[in-house]
Formats: sequence, structure tokens, C-alpha cells
Amino acid sequence: MSTMLSIRDVRKVYDGGGEALKGVSLEIEEGEILALLGPNGAGKTTLISIICGIATLTSGKITVGGHDVIEDFRAARRMIGLVPQEMNLEPFEKVINTVALSRGLHGLPRNDSYLDEVLKKLSLWDKRDTPIRELSGGMKRRVLIAKALSHAPRVLFLDEPTAGVDVELRKDMWQIVRELKAQGVTIILTTHYIEEAEAIADRIGVISRGDILLVEETGSLMRRMGRKDLLIELHEPVATIPESLSKYDLRHGERDDVLIYSYDTQAARTGITQLLTDLSEAGLVLRDVQTRQSSLEEIFVGLVRDNNAEDAA
Amino acid sequence: MNWRAIQAIYIYEMTRTVRTIWQSVVSPVISTSLYFVVFGTAIGSRIDQVEGVAYGSFIVPGLIMLSVIMQSISNASFGIYFPKFIGTIYELLAAPINFLEIVIGYVGAAATKALIIGLIILATANLFVDIRIEHPVAMVAFLVLTCLSFSLMGFIIGIWAKNFEQLQLVPLLIVTPLVFLGGSFYSITMLPETWQKITLFNPVVYLVSGFRWSFFGMADVALGWSLLAIAGFTGLCLGIIWWIFRTGWRIKA
Repeated sequence: MSTMLSIRDVRKVYDGGGEALKGVSLEIEEGEILALLGPNGAGKTTLISIICGIATLTSGKITVGGHDVIEDFRAARRMIGLVPQEMNLEPFEKVINTVALSRGLHGLPRNDSYLDEVLKKLSLWDKRDTPIRELSGGMKRRVLIAKALSHAPRVLFLDEPTAGVDVELRKDMWQIVRELKAQGVTIILTTHYIEEAEAIADRIGVISRGDILLVEETGSLMRRMGRKDLLIELHEPVATIPESLSKYDLRHGERDDVLIYSYDTQAARTGITQLLTDLSEAGLVLRDVQTRQSSLEEIFVGLVRDNNAEDAA
Repeated sequence: MNWRAIQAIYIYEMTRTVRTIWQSVVSPVISTSLYFVVFGTAIGSRIDQVEGVAYGSFIVPGLIMLSVIMQSISNASFGIYFPKFIGTIYELLAAPINFLEIVIGYVGAAATKALIIGLIILATANLFVDIRIEHPVAMVAFLVLTCLSFSLMGFIIGIWAKNFEQLQLVPLLIVTPLVFLGGSFYSITMLPETWQKITLFNPVVYLVSGFRWSFFGMADVALGWSLLAIAGFTGLCLGIIWWIFRTGWRIKA
């Protein structure tokens, strides 16, 4: 597979001095789905806007399909479809006209059979002659997607595609994303929702305060998420963990009378039974036992918090 | 050049005109008819002739210029301001087109609409008064150039404006006075000598004068000056647009 989108050390400093992106680098393979996960104001939309030509970059280099987005902007942008976060649509225009405009802007001749196909796929076909102001919020979102797909892009950006949409549309949207992936389209989506990233992304990038904190395969992140902690509360605090228990890699909790054992829920043997036996053989008396899951949410929150703490320091 | 994109913008803008046909075409026709009732009939009956032309006919070129200039500015400024206002400008910025192509699409559509309205007003005027056009080719050329140059100016205003008030500001505060004081309804030779001199600083005088020459073969200022004025004005607008294009002023974050 070849690199479809290459972002190298991209910085964005606003005139006021605010730094929206602090040297972001990212490589995305052709046909991949990448989810950019991050809180509001993290720089997700700024990054997408720069790639698509809506905002300027301060320094760095971006190529799409090998084409520089500034020097060779026509070739780069012909490959790109963008579904913006805001419902930016002209209220008085008919659905078909606005979709045809998008196709034309990309230099393609009007092709009604292709556009009809796109509209049908998005359940918009019966609304093709309806003025946009008469559509519901979910339908408007579909129109934005139809516009982005009107020129058969090779790279699709979805900026918060499911913010404020109902469950049905979200499921539809995921289905569309999977179909596009099957056609080899590279997809970058931003989201607040971890479950959304988990459901459709091949890789997840966590972005916070203009920095990419981590880019990891969804599978391996999920495996991290599959780990559970066993919290063992003892009658008496233990300052040092007995040598006989070293193979369990125990660590102290917040207090000295709590020991934590991490294990993989997916493994054939979790080792819990043996641990409990060994604990009593070591002379430790249990007061209570509980388990907790380290969710992707926690990993995410933890990363963002560490990043913020670093900034403050 | 991405001609298909220019065509797409042009068609999209013209579709809007067709959709709003009532506001676009009918209202200028009605307002022109009102001008004829007021200036042509009520006042004109007391003013016999201006330099050998019946007053009703004399004001026709000025009236057309008035509408065409105002229409060009409002069409073009609204055309580009509206996408900025509702956010659909993202699509223009993210498309494989450059600023020049955007300008051609929007200004072309705005100028076309203004030209059509100018011709409709000419036809309407023909119902009220006798009109002779001595230099039809020059008449059309003046009309087209005026539509284009003021549409360019309107485009600049649309890019510059940050709200609807600003969108109205330049047409109301600058263009309307210039047009009314530019000899649309009178010959500048009717003014006292000092005012005649001051009037020569008003660019609209040259446009109206040249346009009136194409109708009646007589002008307030020499034809060459009229051509020079319109060329200079067009050049100025193109220069400003080129600068906007280089800097992304008020378009890109």
C-alpha cells in the first residue's frame, strides 16, 4: 500500500499569536480509515481545513496522493472530498443543484446518472428537487455528504460526521464509510465519540492542544482496553511486596494496603485463582477484592491530561 | 483554467436569478417606469429639450446607467458575500480552482444579470419615449464594460464587507451620489462653471457621457476621455482583485 496523505511538521500560528497546530506529522495509507480523536479546540478542524485549502499553514508540508497541497493544489484537491462540521448549505437551493455545483467545481462534466446514484445511496433521491431549507438536520447532513462524494474523491474528510445525528443516520453513515473503504477510498474522520472511532477506524490518532499524542491501530488500542485491574485490599498494609509474588508484577494502589494486578481478559488463563492462593500462602489476609476496566476513554483522558500538565509545567 | 468550475458557478448564480425573477427583473422595471412618470412626464413636460433632444429621451441613457451600475454592484457583492455569510465559501476554497476562476464565475453572472436588466429597461423606456441609437455597437460595448467593471467593484465590496450594513454602505454613501451627480438626469453644461469643473472628478460623468453619445451622438466630455475613464476604472478594480488574490485577504484564515 502507498501513502495517500502525508503531513510533515505542520504548524499553524494565528495572527494573534495563538498556536493551533504545533508541528503535526502523520502518514495515512491508501484505503485506510483514520479517526482523529480529541476534545474541542484540539486542532482537528484546523488540520483538515489546512489540508483542504480553507486555511493557510504557517510551516510544514502536506501532500495528497503525492501532490503538494499548495504547489499542486488542483491535482491534490481533485482527490479530496470534504464534509464540514457546520451545516453550511444555501437554504433556498435545491438538493440536486447544490450537488451538481460541487461536481462542477471539481472540473467534472455534469453526470446526472452518477449524481442520482449518490443521492439514492444517501436516501436523498426523492428529495432531489426539494429546497434545502425544507430538509431535517439529518437530511442536510446527508446533502453535505452527497456534495463531498459528487466528484468521486479518493480521500474523504468527515469532520464530526455524527455530531448531533440520530442513531439510524449514524449507522447509515458507518455503512457508507465501510462501502467507500471497500472501494479503496481513504477516510479521515474526526470525532468526540470513542465508540465511533472503535467501530469504523483502522487506526486512531489522539490529538490535543495542537499535538498528535498517539497514533495506534484500533486493534492494539482495544487490546490495551481489554486489560483489567484486580484491586486487592488487605487487612494490613505491606510496605514491600513479598518476593514469592514477583511473577505477578503486582503494584501498590493509592494506599499501601491495596495491591493491583493487571490481567488480560482475553487470555486463556487470567491467573487470578493461582494469585489468590499464593497471596494467602504469603500470609496476606484479604479484606476485599474488586475489578475495574481501563477503557479507551480512560487512556484518552489520561493522555490528554498528561499533555495538559506538560504544557502547564 | 478550470472552465467547468467557472461554468458551474455561472450556472448556479444564474439559477438563483431565475428563482428570484420577481425581485431581479420586475422591480427595476417598475422603478424605471416611476422615474419616467416623475422625471419624464411631470418634470420633463416643463423642460422642453436638452441640446436638441427631448428631455424624456435625454434621460434614458442615464437611467439605464443608474440601474446597471447599482445592479452590477449589488449582484456581485451579494453573490460573493452570501457564501461568506452562510459558510458555503468553504466549498470554493476547497475546490481545485483559483481566485481568478471564482471572480470570472461570479462577476460574469452578476454582469450578465445587470446587462439583461439594462436591456429590459431600454425596452421599457421605448414604450414611453422615442429612442434612437446612433452607434449601437458602441452602445452595447459601453453597457457591457460598465456591467463588468462595476461587477468587479461589487465583488471587491462583497469580499470586504463583514456584515450586511457594510454591504449597503458603499453603494448608498458613494455610488448613489456619484451616479445622481454624474449627469444622469441633466447635461453638465447646465451647471454653473465651478460645478462643471468639480463634476469632472466624478468618474460616472464619463460613463454617462460616453453612453449618451452612443445614443444621440452628443457628449458632455470627449469620447476618448470616456473610454479612458472606464478602462482606468476596470484596471483599478482588477488590480485590487489581484491583490486580494495574492494575500487571501478576508477570505482565508
